[in-house]
Amino acid sequence: MTLLFGIPIQALFGQLLLGLINGAFYAMLSLGLALIFGLLNIINFTHGAQYMMGAFVAWLVLGHAGLGYWAALLLAPLLVGALGILIERTMLSRLYKLDHLYGLLLTFGLALVIEGGFRQLYGISGAPYAVPEELQGGWNLGFMYLPIYRGWVVLASLFLCLGTWLLIEKTKLGSYLRAATENPQLVQAFGVNVPVLVTLTYGFGVALAAIAGVLAAPIYSVNPLMGSNIIIVVFAVVVIGGMGSILGAIVTGFMLGLLEGLTKVFYPEAASTVIFVVMAIVLMIKPQGLFGKGS
Amino acid sequence: MNQKAIPVRNRAMTPQRLLVLALLLLALAAPFGIYPIFLMKGLCFALFAAAFNLLLGYVGLLSFGHAMFFGFASYVTAHAAKEWGFSPELAILAGVATAAALGLVTGWLAIRRSGIYFAMVTLAFSQMMFFVAIQAPFTHGEDGIQGVPRGHLLGFIDLNDSLAMYYFVLAVFVASLLFIHRIVTSPFGQVLKAIRDNEPRAISLGYEVERYKLLAFVLSAALAGLAGSMKSVVFQLASLADVHWHASGEVVLMTLLGGVGTVFGPTVGAFLVVAIQNYLSETGSWVTIIQGVIFILCVLMFRRGMAGMLGPMMKKRGIDV
Repeated sequence: MTLLFGIPIQALFGQLLLGLINGAFYAMLSLGLALIFGLLNIINFTHGAQYMMGAFVAWLVLGHAGLGYWAALLLAPLLVGALGILIERTMLSRLYKLDHLYGLLLTFGLALVIEGGFRQLYGISGAPYAVPEELQGGWNLGFMYLPIYRGWVVLASLFLCLGTWLLIEKTKLGSYLRAATENPQLVQAFGVNVPVLVTLTYGFGVALAAIAGVLAAPIYSVNPLMGSNIIIVVFAVVVIGGMGSILGAIVTGFMLGLLEGLTKVFYPEAASTVIFVVMAIVLMIKPQGLFGKGS
Repeated sequence: MNQKAIPVRNRAMTPQRLLVLALLLLALAAPFGIYPIFLMKGLCFALFAAAFNLLLGYVGLLSFGHAMFFGFASYVTAHAAKEWGFSPELAILAGVATAAALGLVTGWLAIRRSGIYFAMVTLAFSQMMFFVAIQAPFTHGEDGIQGVPRGHLLGFIDLNDSLAMYYFVLAVFVASLLFIHRIVTSPFGQVLKAIRDNEPRAISLGYEVERYKLLAFVLSAALAGLAGSMKSVVFQLASLADVHWHASGEVVLMTLLGGVGTVFGPTVGAFLVVAIQNYLSETGSWVTIIQGVIFILCVLMFRRGMAGMLGPMMKKRGIDV
């Protein structure tokens, strides 16, 4: 067996891959949070619950309608995104003129309702979700064994993140969005319907969370608590990266996932706390976050 | 000559003082009509909410991680009383000191950000302490520290007697509320309110805002720790539930429901939330769902809480909540 730094190389790369997968989810979720925060000035605490609902949509349409993974990948963001739009129109839109903290409190309450509801209906033990047939099996890369599904998750999330980045940085719609983030009144005065833009942005951010949920379903089991377990770590990721930049959110997400994987190899006791320690260090050195602007 | 009138301390029985007196009498008589454990749980959480309100209501900082002070103090008190044989008052002091120290470190880092970021940072630190509590051997993981001895207060008051325990909790609660009242009405408290209302102006007036914020944070953490320590003595148990983010959310809910920045609001909110927990404890997740619904209703409709709704009505009768 080959050793690297005294660690079997298989184990090292195995943990790095796990870290990369976690990083992919951190990146997708913090990207959605950053998008929503940019335009709505709201930290969407419901994000974790919406990610969980994405996974549940996949599991439910399989059980009740026989619709498989690929259909779920399309249906989940549509359904959960539509629910998000409903939430934005009926509740969040009443809060824009108030202190931003109210948005956090409202979405926290929503997260409790959604999580409690799913727990009441489905218990907390969770349900397994099989890897789709096309993506079963794995490749032996020589230095490690790569399950195809895990490779697919990393590629899919990279594709989604870069797609979102291109949409925002390179298209006309994205330019409206960036302008509205800077100065909504002025953009409104130019005839852009800012409220609709805000609603669509929230729907889009939520849909991203739902896609992440479907991607996560075969890896972690489908469980009502999966959202709240990940969302607090994602908050730390967001504090580390700063919410000023889309690319920053993506890069920070992947980097911290990898760091977590490395910690699991070298000092497993600290694996669950390492991201928070990094957050403390970043707060000491650069409080506005690695990619944050101003304070 | 224009001489300033020296304010004379008014000793007359205003409606405000009558109300406080009536509440005190009610609290003294309560254990004869209501289950003392419920009352003590309510008082512990009321103190927790009052400590949290000191930060949110008077400095404008929303901490989403106060469970770490509450929970860790409760662990340290339980450990000190059970493993080291500390007397209850020393065990509680050890818990409060731990919470204050934890507050100093996390507060020092967290006050570098404000608003939403402050909430996220405190939540993240509290989650980190939750993981520490899962892994540290002295907390006994999922089991928690069970069978904590209540012991003898000051060596001669047997706290195993539930009435003695109740009056001790009540005394600590009343003393803490007076202490908080003293803080917010002191010159220090006035500066805190100035920071809450207009931070740049407070800075331009020459106040070292960071130090004020940090001191308020540490005081709030220590008082939250006191609540947690008392709870572990009352229930003879310290568990993971007290460090979980759910507990942080609950204290936000109690304060919001009762009325942010009011004197009695958090106490009212705490008793309401504890009552809901008690009545619905058999129904599984319904407690969480109902708490979530109350959160949503409070934010959308009653942003000033119970005290905010009842306040104007009582103000007409000369009572300031």
